[in-house]
Parts: sequence; structure tokens; C-alpha cells
Amino acid sequence: MSDQQHLDHEALAELRDVMEDEFNILINTFLQDADERLRQLSEAARSGDAASFRKVAHSFKGSCINIGAPILADCCFAAEQAGREEDLAQSGQQIAAIEGELGTVSEQLRRHMRD
Amino acid sequence: MTTDAAFGDSPLRILIAEDNQSDRMILHAILTRQGHEVVMATDGMEAVEAFHRESPQMVLLDAMMPRMDGLEAARQIKAAAGEQLVPIIFLTSLSDPESLASCLEVGGDDFLSKPYNRVILRAKINAFRRMRELHQSLQKERDLTNQRNEQMLHEQEMARRVFDNIAHRGCLGAENIRYDASPMSIFNGDVLFASPKPSGGVHLFVGDFTGHGLPAAIGAVPLAEIFYGMTSKGFAISDILREMNRKMQAILPTGVFCCAAMVDLNLKSGHAEVWNGGLPNGYLLRHDGSTDELRSRHLPLGILPADRFSAACERHAMEMGEHLLLCSDGVMECVNHEGEMFGEDRILEVLGARGAPSDVFERLREAVRSFSEGVGSEDDITILDVAMADESLLEAVEPDVLPDTGTGPLDWEMSYELRNETLARFNPVPLLLHICMDVPGLRLFSGELYTIITELFNNALEHGVLRLPSSLKDSPTGFSRYYSERERLLGQIRHGAVSIRLEHSSDPQRRGGRLLITVEDSGDGFSEQALSRSIAHNALSGRGLALVRQLCDNVRLCGRGNCVEAEFVWHTGPVDSRAGVSQRGDRHE
Repeated sequence: MSDQQHLDHEALAELRDVMEDEFNILINTFLQDADERLRQLSEAARSGDAASFRKVAHSFKGSCINIGAPILADCCFAAEQAGREEDLAQSGQQIAAIEGELGTVSEQLRRHMRD
Repeated sequence: MTTDAAFGDSPLRILIAEDNQSDRMILHAILTRQGHEVVMATDGMEAVEAFHRESPQMVLLDAMMPRMDGLEAARQIKAAAGEQLVPIIFLTSLSDPESLASCLEVGGDDFLSKPYNRVILRAKINAFRRMRELHQSLQKERDLTNQRNEQMLHEQEMARRVFDNIAHRGCLGAENIRYDASPMSIFNGDVLFASPKPSGGVHLFVGDFTGHGLPAAIGAVPLAEIFYGMTSKGFAISDILREMNRKMQAILPTGVFCCAAMVDLNLKSGHAEVWNGGLPNGYLLRHDGSTDELRSRHLPLGILPADRFSAACERHAMEMGEHLLLCSDGVMECVNHEGEMFGEDRILEVLGARGAPSDVFERLREAVRSFSEGVGSEDDITILDVAMADESLLEAVEPDVLPDTGTGPLDWEMSYELRNETLARFNPVPLLLHICMDVPGLRLFSGELYTIITELFNNALEHGVLRLPSSLKDSPTGFSRYYSERERLLGQIRHGAVSIRLEHSSDPQRRGGRLLITVEDSGDGFSEQALSRSIAHNALSGRGLALVRQLCDNVRLCGRGNCVEAEFVWHTGPVDSRAGVSQRGDRHE
């Protein structure tokens, strides 16, 4: 998978422009938030709470779209759909996919912060 | 931090409710850089609290939030905003149409989808700012309009009170008169007058000014003054109509006029003189169930110059208990729920239904009311119904007597002579009556004096100057021949004179006095015998010198028989001055 697909650089440039010197804070906030979302998803999956699974995934998806992480957003959307259909059978794989993609995204975002 | 605040637009206070911290940060950054003040909330509950606390002018609301979701928050915020327009823009990554639609159903005004784009956000905020401003100016306009409306109603109320003081009710309360007119009908341009005549009988007037509101009402004041003033002074219907037309033509702007009908109801002779200028058909309701139309034969008042105006009336005989009905065009033009007008056909339908003439008024009222039920056009409707009745009926009506100033002349004498063609053109009675009314207390006897002076003058003119033989009046057909002959002779009059002398002296206690009326003509004179015969003839029509004999203390022929002298002695009652009686107070023998 190429770097281009994990992050929308144009969107990030726009964000950098909007946030000015708060850009790094935004990225850090997103990453902390993402870890928390991931934890909430695992929790919901463990307790079989499909509604909560769906809501967390939906909210997570929103911030991914805003931050410019389209693949991560797609992973969240898949989880959201499963939650909506009250089918948590694939939740393990879905969480794993999000976790994997989040790793890639966070690594690349940290590189952006250094720039 | 630099700002690219919107060009020249005032900043807004904007509430953001979003549970994602990073999303919140992005929105906050975009909005503050555009110059706005931002209030933040992390869920629906906080958003509603913040709305109450900070009164933001616009709200950006995430649809899915913990505790209270965006939909419920929007509902509560819209309810709290009341009349204020507080635009709510839903922040959403929702994509299914039903979810998006439900955002609008709860009162949302628009969506903003992720990722947030500052250009779109700015455009949306500006669009809603314009909508807000428009909404505010509309509200301000509306409040101003309400305020003005209230003020106008208040002013109308005042104007109406002034008008009521002038127009009062006249004798609209008489037993033989019924009417339907909304209290504020004057502001629809409708007027309704009724006044007893000094000679007995009633003048009635229904008018309908063009237009609405104050412009329509303004002409009513002089109209009422002319109607009541001239009627109480004994002027004839044609004189009053001419004066009304002259006045309306002088004061009303072009295009404003008064459709009107006037009736001189003569209770003695059982006739109605009717003039209709522009009002819908009036109707005479006969005992046999038939109706006679009283069509408009003239232009409304206030259009024609005096020299082209005709005050010619139609004369209709009316039997006791027959009715005369007049209405403004509001009756024909009132509409029902379907927007259909009541129309003349429905009026005729009501008139055509079997029943007594006295039932028609209520039936018409009821028909109009049920026709236009719930439409609210009844305010425009004026209906007048008057029955031919016995003269005594009017005596129950409180006389509307202006108080004497008490300073008028008590001892005086005057003489007044009309010559040649003037005899045909001028009626001196109102003028002479006006002079007599200046005597303190004598106003109570205006009816009697009107009759006495009128009869003496007519006697001198018709028998003395025109030499009309009173034997003509012997039969009912002769009666009308008599009047057409009178008209013909008046038209040819070149020479002749009638002089009237009035002399008044008060009694020592100033509770009354003695009025001596002497009328002399240029004719050859009568013998006492001829006079007696004339009295006998005139008795047929209940008029003439016989009547004068009843009303006066002394009536005698003098000169070469071309002069009649009548003495009227009067005094006011010692307790109630209104209960004044002449010495021969009983005029119905």
C-alpha cells in the first residue's frame, strides 16, 4: 500500500493551514482520541453491544475523514455497518483492521509533525 | 494567529456541539479565524445548556452524540429560540437519506459534511446570516405594523366617539325602525341616519362612501351635520340632498363619493319620498307579499356640480304596516366560503318567500349571516328597515333638543316679504323657523310652529297668489291634479308677493310667550265664508287652515281677506321643562 492512500496530503496541507501552530496539537489529540476509540470498540465487541459498537465506529469515522485518513475511515465504516446490522461476528477482524491501519496512519502522521 | 474574518460582516456567536475532540478543534480553528466567537459543547445536553447560557446566533450540531443526540438537542434549541431564527447546521458523516431527512424534520436548516471545508462553511454561515437579518427585519416590520395597527384602532375609536357625538342615534330607536350596522361600520364608509321632522314624519338616510378606513369616514361628519341640522330646521328632503351633494362635491377628493338613499317618510299622508343615488335597489314590501323596487335614479352624492344635480324623488304611497327596506352593497357583495357573492338573486329569494312585510328584515339578516358564516364579512353590512306607522309612534322617541343658551331674544318683531319669481324658487319656512328657535324655550314647539308657518304660507301662495281653487282637492284624483296645477302655475309666476310678519313677546314670568304670525298675500282676498269652505275642503287631507286653527289660540282673517293672523301662546311646564305644552297642547282632536 502506498503512502498516498493512507493519508490525504492535500487535506493535511489544508489542515495545517487552518490550524497554524496548533497543527501538532490537533494530530496528537487525534491519535490519543483514536487509541481511546479503539479501546471502546474492543469493549463494545466484548460485551456484544452492537449499538455502542456502531456509534463509536461512526464517530471515529468522522474524525478520520476530517484528519484525511481515508482508508482508516473506510475500516471504521465497515465496523459501523456491522454495528448497524447487529452482526458482531466479524468484529475481531474489523478491530484488527482498524488497529493495523491506525498504526500506519499514526506513523505517517508523526512524520508530518516533524516536518 | 491571523484572521481572515468575513469582509465587513459582523462576527457571530456560534455554538459547536461535537463529541470528537479533534473535529471540535478543527471547527473552532476555522470559525475563530473567520472572526466568530465560538462556544463549545461535547454532547447534546451540554449544547442545550450552552444555548440557554450564551444565546448563540447559530448552532453547528453533530447528529450522533452521547447522552443527548443532535436531533433531540435541535428540537429543544428550536423550541427555546421561539420567534428568533437560530439556524442549526448539522455536522454529519451520515449518508443515508432517511437520517439526513430526519435532521431537517426536527428543525435543522442545513448539513455540513465531513471533511470540513472552510470555504463552504463560510458560504453557509453567510447565507444564514442574511436569512437571519431578513428574518429580524421582517419581525421588526411586523412589530411596527402591529403597533401602528393598534394605534390606528385607538384613533378610529376616538374618531368614532367624535362622530357619535354628531350623528348620535337620531330616532333610529323608534319602534318602526330596525337596522343592522356594525358599530365600526363608519370605517367601512357606511352611515345610517334617522331624524324626526318638525312637521311630523321621519327623514332616513343610508350612505356608503367609497373606500375604507378614515378616508371613507371623514365625509360622514359633515354629512351627519347637514342631515340632522337641516332636518331639525324643517328643510325639505330635496334641499337637504342638494346641500349634501354640494358639500360632498366641495370637500371630497376626486374618486371619493357617497352612494346614498334618502327617504322622507310622511306618516300623516302615508307616503314615502325616495331618492336613490348609487345604492342597490331598495324595496317596498307590500301587504300582499309583492315588492316594489326603489331603483337608483341618480349619481351618488359628491359627483355632479350643483347645477346638474337632481334631487327629484319618487313618491310612493304606503299603507300602515308596509315596510321599506334599504341596504348597502355589503349585503349583495358579502361572500361565503366558496368566494361566491350573496347577490341580488338571493335577496329577491328572501323577499319572495311568503310572510308578513315585518318578517323580511330578520329573514334577510339571517340569510346573510348564515351565508357568510365564518367568513367575517358581516362588518360591511348595513340594512335599514322602516315601517309605515301611526304618527304617535314617534312621540315615544326622546326629542333630541339642543339646550337653549337662554340668551336669545324675547321681545321682537320682523317682517319678511317674498316677491315675484322668488315665490316659486324659495321656501322661507326653515329660515323663519330658525329665527323662532332662537327664543329660549320655543324650540320645544318647533313641530307646531313649522306646521303653522308652512300652512299659512302655502295658503297665501296657493290660494292668494296662484288663485288655486281648493275645491280641486275634493277627490283623491283631484288631489294630484291640484299639485300638478300648482307646479304649472308656479312655473309661470311673474308677479305677486307674500309677506310674513312675526312678533313675539314673553310672558312676565318668562315661562312662555305669545307669537303672532301674520301672513299677507297680493291676492284678492277671501270672505270668511270662503275661508270656512276652504277649511272644510282641506279637512279632507288633514292639512291647511283647519290644522292651524287646531294649533293656535286665535286665527282670524283681516285686511280685505288677503291676510291671516294667527296667535300662538305657549308656556313651558313648571316642573319639567321638556314637558312643555302650548295652551292648546292637544293637537290631535
